[in-house]
Amino acid sequence: MANTNSTIQIKSSLKKDVATIRLLVSHPMETGMRKDKKGNLIPAKFIQSLICEHAGNTVLDAELNSTISTNPYIKFQFSGAKDGDSLKISWSDNTGGKDSAELEITSKRKK
Amino acid sequence: MDQQRRLLLKSTLAASTTGVAISAGLLTPKAVLAAWNSAAFEAKDLNAAMTGAFGATAPEESNQIELKAPEVAENGASVTVTVSSKLAKTNAISILVQNNAQPLSATFNLGATTEATITTNIKMGKTSDVIAVVKADGKLYSTKQLVKVTIGGCGG
Repeated sequence: MANTNSTIQIKSSLKKDVATIRLLVSHPMETGMRKDKKGNLIPAKFIQSLICEHAGNTVLDAELNSTISTNPYIKFQFSGAKDGDSLKISWSDNTGGKDSAELEITSKRKK
Repeated sequence: MDQQRRLLLKSTLAASTTGVAISAGLLTPKAVLAAWNSAAFEAKDLNAAMTGAFGATAPEESNQIELKAPEVAENGASVTVTVSSKLAKTNAISILVQNNAQPLSATFNLGATTEATITTNIKMGKTSDVIAVVKADGKLYSTKQLVKVTIGGCGG
């Protein structure tokens, strides 16, 4: 991956103008209901909003709850894409944490 | 203290999203106000979650929605669910788990060019119906499937 420091990773593929995006975000997605080894509740920390933009359009506006799995994975598709287009992804969580990344849509496989 | 912080967060978040969305001319103000709907997400039972999210509790069942989920999930911490809608003008897909402490897992608002198929991984505390609710052309439709969970994934 190009940017290993980012919490956001995508794998993309293109079929004609339809882009398939597999999105993986590193995030604990704590529900606030789990306890640590000492029996104390681990505070909730989870992504509430995740937005993907392509060419100035919001292609996905996801509102998430803590019941989305740790390191959220989302796969979706949209049309009107071409090789080399950039996809802007940003998320924010309930504690004010956030991150964003601009990633290239490509049909080529990356290592 | 915590309450205040949350309020502040909510208002700042809402304000920033609103600004961006309106200036981009993408969303109607009504849709913008829906930014993290705590009434829906923090609801403890299915009816309250549906009311909070959609303003209605019993979406019409539709065979035009396909919900793909395992019949048996060995690990409730990560259950892969795919929802596809063949309904015209599908613009939002929600995933709910009836027996989770907070049933509403996610709402995906789709853009004009986005296909009506979403895959994600959800947590399931125990065996439950998984319900997909699709908003298409202003109406609500749903379908559901029972997923048996061997090991719960919500801790506690």
